[in-house]
Amino acid sequence: MIEIKDLHKSYKTGATSLHVLKGINFNVKEGELVSIMGSSGSGKSTLLNILGMLDEADTGSYMLDNVPIKNLNEKIAARYRNKFLGFIFQSFNLINYKTALDNVAMPLYYQGVSRGERLDRSMAYLEKVGLAPWAKHLPNELSGGQKQRVAIARALASDPKVLLADEPTGALDTKTSYEVMDLIQGINDEGKTILVVTHEDDIAHMTKRIVNLKDGVIIDDSYVEQVRAKDHV
Amino acid sequence: MFNLERWEEIFETISKNKLRTFLTGLSVLSGIFILVILLGVSQGMQNGISSQFQDDAANVIFVWTGVTSVEYKGMNPGRVIQLRNKDYDHITKLHKDELEYKSSVYRIWGGMVTYKKESGSYRVEGIYPDYQFLENQTLIKGRHINTLDIDNSTKSVVIGKKVNDDLFKDQDAIGKYVKVSGVNFKVVGVYSDPGGEREESRVFVPISTAQKVFSGANRVNFLSFSLPMEDNFEKATAASVDFSDKIEKQLKETHDVAPQDESAISVNNSLENAKRFYDLMGMIKMFFWFVGIATILAGVIGVSNIMLIIVKERTKEIGIRKALGAQPLSIVTMILHESIFVTAIAGFLGLFLGLVLLEFVGPMVETEFIANPSVNFQIAITTVIILIVAGAFAGFFPAWRAARIKPIIALRDE
Repeated sequence: MIEIKDLHKSYKTGATSLHVLKGINFNVKEGELVSIMGSSGSGKSTLLNILGMLDEADTGSYMLDNVPIKNLNEKIAARYRNKFLGFIFQSFNLINYKTALDNVAMPLYYQGVSRGERLDRSMAYLEKVGLAPWAKHLPNELSGGQKQRVAIARALASDPKVLLADEPTGALDTKTSYEVMDLIQGINDEGKTILVVTHEDDIAHMTKRIVNLKDGVIIDDSYVEQVRAKDHV
Repeated sequence: MFNLERWEEIFETISKNKLRTFLTGLSVLSGIFILVILLGVSQGMQNGISSQFQDDAANVIFVWTGVTSVEYKGMNPGRVIQLRNKDYDHITKLHKDELEYKSSVYRIWGGMVTYKKESGSYRVEGIYPDYQFLENQTLIKGRHINTLDIDNSTKSVVIGKKVNDDLFKDQDAIGKYVKVSGVNFKVVGVYSDPGGEREESRVFVPISTAQKVFSGANRVNFLSFSLPMEDNFEKATAASVDFSDKIEKQLKETHDVAPQDESAISVNNSLENAKRFYDLMGMIKMFFWFVGIATILAGVIGVSNIMLIIVKERTKEIGIRKALGAQPLSIVTMILHESIFVTAIAGFLGLFLGLVLLEFVGPMVETEFIANPSVNFQIAITTVIILIVAGAFAGFFPAWRAARIKPIIALRDE
């Protein structure tokens, strides 16, 4: 599903250049649940941004579902993001003046789905994350865990190939974190490929594979025994 | 533009951001509103000033006299100059071919007009028949003073509409006898004057009768002439200035008045006055346009400011939308579509309110210098469109910049 070869990325800040990713080689097969770990400054967020086409690598190749992601202009990047990817952010990033249902429907709007169908499909995803009764609520009327579940429903709405989660439990307490991880595991069980960036060990062990980044290189990449979040709730 | 989905999205955004919408709309609305009022008042002043000139034929020349102020040919200043019939005869004979209408006027001071028990104090003047045209009067009933009246010194009187209404109420005035300063005159006509009530509360008798009956001898209070209309304003003004200068010179010579003496003999040229007023009006109009354009400019700047703030405020939302698959163009059109919609609604609302105010309050403020304030609808619509386009243009750049921001940067903006 994801094939990355010799990926480099550096940021220029004034005269100094900061080499963040120093040759990443990394493959993800369909249906995997991978966590990317590392301390801050290890380059894990940069890697996720490149995977999410929010940022572009300097050198190296990136194939997503056998499509080379290269020399994208804004327009094509936007279309690919919409078609291939679903984002889950640490700070949820819901649009605060739209209801939960309308937030979930956003990616479908940009796919050109008609309003009626958009709302039907969004409602189904809200039901899936257990928030159907809150469909008409605004984000500020929801708890952190509920917001993240709306965000997950939104990420799923466009039926993407890959879900990218950037510290999805970073802003949540342990109990809520596990609930969210349970949801993510459930989605993975249905066959969706998911990448989770985290710096929490317990969260990482709820995935099937842990990739450890340090100073811009992968120092460890190993499959682990998945801990089911449900057992801890 | 006619994408239903996008309209839905815009309506949703607008209805959920009421304060923002309200502020954007208010700056546009007030701009257009003020502009409409300004244009209305300017038009009103124009109407008012124009109507000031309707009461007299446009190219009329008045001559009146006063007291000398300059010592001349050994005579002391302070000498009273009196126009007489021979001055009038002299001028009319000399300029027979140039003149269109001509009349001398003998004014009876403290003229009291009485019919049965009704009476009033009105301006009473002895005139020649041409005076009707010099004053731009129209007859409602009967006839005006004619040459026969002058020749026979008949005791005929033509009264203004106001006088008619005051003295006769609903009765027919023609053929009735009124007392003018104690002397019986027969009413032969009633006139109306575009100058309004003030001009319609006058009565006219033949000058020959007036001079005989009211012991005027051969004295005349002022002279009034008009020249035939020329093709254009400039030519007409030139001709009438030329004529005024000539008769002023002649009269000053016959009355032994110093050429530079302004107070002894005055010749007033209404065209020259009119020109001065038209120039003034042009200046006023320019001033109003200047203020109006400044207002629009302020409106445009206001809209641009709000657009900048809106885009800034929505940076994160734009980042989210882009992460979800919004293309840069769709971001720009979203913002512009919304702003154009809001400014258009607000602009037309401001236009409507301004027009309503002018329509209802306009007729109430009828001073002499503001009449029937109204707005050239085409100009108003044009300004609304200018404001909308300018607002869109001003909003375009921040929107475009926002659309170019990489989503990670926009999303990082906490």
